[in-house]
Amino acid sequence: MLSFSMKHVITKLRGGLVSPLALHRMGILGMNARNINYIARYNDRDKYPIVDDKLNTKRAAKRYGIPVPELIAAFETQPSRKRVMEVIEPLWQFVIKPARGSGGKGILVIVGRDGDKYKKPSGAEVTALDILRHVSNIHSGLYSLGGKPDRVMIEALVDFDPVFDNYSFEGVPDIRVIVFRGFPVMAMLRCSTHDSDGKANLHQGAVGVGIDLATGKSCHAVQRGLRINKHPDTEMPFDKLEVPGWRDLVRLASSCYEMTGLGYLGCDIVLDRQRGPLLLEANARPGLAIQVANGVGLRKRLRYIENLDLEQLEKNADERVAFSMQEFAAGRRL
Amino acid sequence: MSPRAQVYILAALLALMGAGLTIYKNRELGFPLLPGEYRTVWTIEAKVRFNADGGPVKAALTLPREQRNMEVLGETFSSSGYGFNIIRENDEYRAVWSRRSASGTQSLFYQLDVHQTPGAPLEQPLDLSTQVRKPFLEAREQEAVRMAIYSLVETAHQRSSDTKTFTTQLLTALGDKRNQDRNLIFGYYKDRSLVDVALVVLAAADIPAHRIRGLYLEDDRRRLDPEDLLEVYDGKRWVVFEPTTGSPGVPKNFFIWQRGGKSLLDVEGGRNSQVTFSVIANDVPARDVSMLSTSKEKEALVDFSIYSLPIEQQSIFKLILLVPVGALVVVLLRVFVGLRTSGTFMPVLLAIAFIETQLFTGLSIFTLILVLGLWVRFYLSRLNLLLVARIAAVVVTVVILMGAISVISYKLGIEQALTVTFFPMIILAWTIERMSIVWEEDGPYEVVVQAGGSLLVAVLAWWVMTNSYIEHWTFNFPELLLVLLALILVIGNYTGFRLGELMRFRQLVK
Repeated sequence: MLSFSMKHVITKLRGGLVSPLALHRMGILGMNARNINYIARYNDRDKYPIVDDKLNTKRAAKRYGIPVPELIAAFETQPSRKRVMEVIEPLWQFVIKPARGSGGKGILVIVGRDGDKYKKPSGAEVTALDILRHVSNIHSGLYSLGGKPDRVMIEALVDFDPVFDNYSFEGVPDIRVIVFRGFPVMAMLRCSTHDSDGKANLHQGAVGVGIDLATGKSCHAVQRGLRINKHPDTEMPFDKLEVPGWRDLVRLASSCYEMTGLGYLGCDIVLDRQRGPLLLEANARPGLAIQVANGVGLRKRLRYIENLDLEQLEKNADERVAFSMQEFAAGRRL
Repeated sequence: MSPRAQVYILAALLALMGAGLTIYKNRELGFPLLPGEYRTVWTIEAKVRFNADGGPVKAALTLPREQRNMEVLGETFSSSGYGFNIIRENDEYRAVWSRRSASGTQSLFYQLDVHQTPGAPLEQPLDLSTQVRKPFLEAREQEAVRMAIYSLVETAHQRSSDTKTFTTQLLTALGDKRNQDRNLIFGYYKDRSLVDVALVVLAAADIPAHRIRGLYLEDDRRRLDPEDLLEVYDGKRWVVFEPTTGSPGVPKNFFIWQRGGKSLLDVEGGRNSQVTFSVIANDVPARDVSMLSTSKEKEALVDFSIYSLPIEQQSIFKLILLVPVGALVVVLLRVFVGLRTSGTFMPVLLAIAFIETQLFTGLSIFTLILVLGLWVRFYLSRLNLLLVARIAAVVVTVVILMGAISVISYKLGIEQALTVTFFPMIILAWTIERMSIVWEEDGPYEVVVQAGGSLLVAVLAWWVMTNSYIEHWTFNFPELLLVLLALILVIGNYTGFRLGELMRFRQLVK
């Protein structure tokens, strides 16, 4: 009785906080440990430009035969109005992105046209003038770190595979895979919701679905930190979700290691109806929300790979994928 | 060596260096560790007065020697119309005023500031002749006096074991009004002081002794005459005695002006000369005392430091030296708590502005400018301007807002708002720009979170930076910055969880 009330008091005192020891036991990776033990140790500074600038990423991906969304045009300097209009005039659908934007900032998606009006996925309409202003803003560095002048890229809109249509509201889900020294260690699917305003950011209310590396099936789903079983808007249960062509997708993520040379890497991948998985972008500082989505800590898996001997580390992408799919299957204890 | 080990070694070295310098400055140079420490500085003024005869005049005043328990911080001489110099004579310093002709009452001043150093040994080595000149008391009528003196010496000798105790016994006897021998001696030496008589008796006992002239330091004393103490050679060293009590040692607060030697003041070409003293106590911040006493010795640590800068620059540095403390607060809050702010070190700049404006004025002005600025910025965003031009427009708007706030509040009689100018304008403009983008991209909730986070960090940094201890330490012991640097290096190695993460990952723990 006494011990119960003591426990109760301690829980109250913590104010909803959990003990750091409990997190450690679960193998949760914290931000500080991620920065020092993984990013600083395994990611060389000089390789950052490959991932921080999406135009560079695209170029490198071409070289390594990694499929990416088609680049329609890129503006290195502040483009004239005429030049921008020349590019977008014949297009029905396109995406405008800052090359060095972070956290999905500054991405303008146009899904259709209605005369002079351009339609956003939410149904809102923008004018050509708004698009020009957006291009100008990107170029002035509004969305880049430190406000440095940026380059503008116009991409073809991905023709999304409809498998996720029932699991997403307004936006399109993408798959984030964490790749450590070439080994995929964890994956999640980010589904936008009405709550997240069509954005795929977990802290804005998007659903994070943990994907089992072994099968490509959903193993855990979380919205705003709470475990859920079905999509809040479409009511689709997540246990039916399975990513098609999973091994190819994981292999694509794994091969990004060779492309970027970064030891600790987050790959954002979308599924195209015809082309299959496409690399949207790579991230040298991937966030930790993937742990929440999977309900599993990253640290033990990362440790497991750190403890491999050199021979095991020198595998090619296919061998690494096979290794990861076997070792990091959902529910398997390390 | 792994980077981590390097960090710890470097941090240990830096911390040792900083702490060592701080301890040195505190222990050896007397810089106070705590703010608000005051030391008493005594200003002693010697006034020499005499009536000049009309011819050439020369007045010589013995100056105090260096003393272990008293530190001379500065001295001034006033000598209108007189030539002045200091000469060294028989191991003594004398101030000499001279003039070709003077008549009437003359006043000359010598003033010095001294500070009592606590704990320093009182006994001073002295290299003075230990020759004894026995009193000449051979005449018939002096027979009784001589007998009395030797009787006193004999009694004291029997009741003592060494020179020190002997002197104490003798002085006690000389102070005892019921002692017949003592009364007889004082009857003979009618107008002589106790010290004069004691010197005669000590000479009779073959003990080298001399007079000490000095002053009891008490606040607000004017027209003091110098008081006498007795100094006796016990065979190895000189020991000071207080004559009326007979106890050895220099009395507390006694400032020794002259040890042994001859006269205190010599005047040639004048009459009725006298020297009187006045004493005033000033409570001076302990740091100023240390500064004064170290600047005389040209202590390199102090001479090549911020204190050598002009006062104006020093006060600027006072502010600059607080910046690292603010940075430390930011580091702590980001690494251990994980607060989100708009711009990493923007809160520090805000905190500095708050120091100048006071907290509540600063907070309200900041909020006002931010809200008005955001409102203007939203309108500007509709005008399709280039980014740089738009931010510049926001800068101008911020300046106009600041001017308006100043003028309106002045007219309303709120003078505090005039300090609005201390806000870093460019930073404000950028903050407004960033906030408006956050608003557009992530909604007003995120704006409130980030602005609130920034303000929270700024207020915490302000609170730490205005702490009187922190202010005192950063300015008086800038070497503590090395310790702070070491601390930041060590924190930079922290791989544990943040407070925010204990919240964020709470659902993972079942």
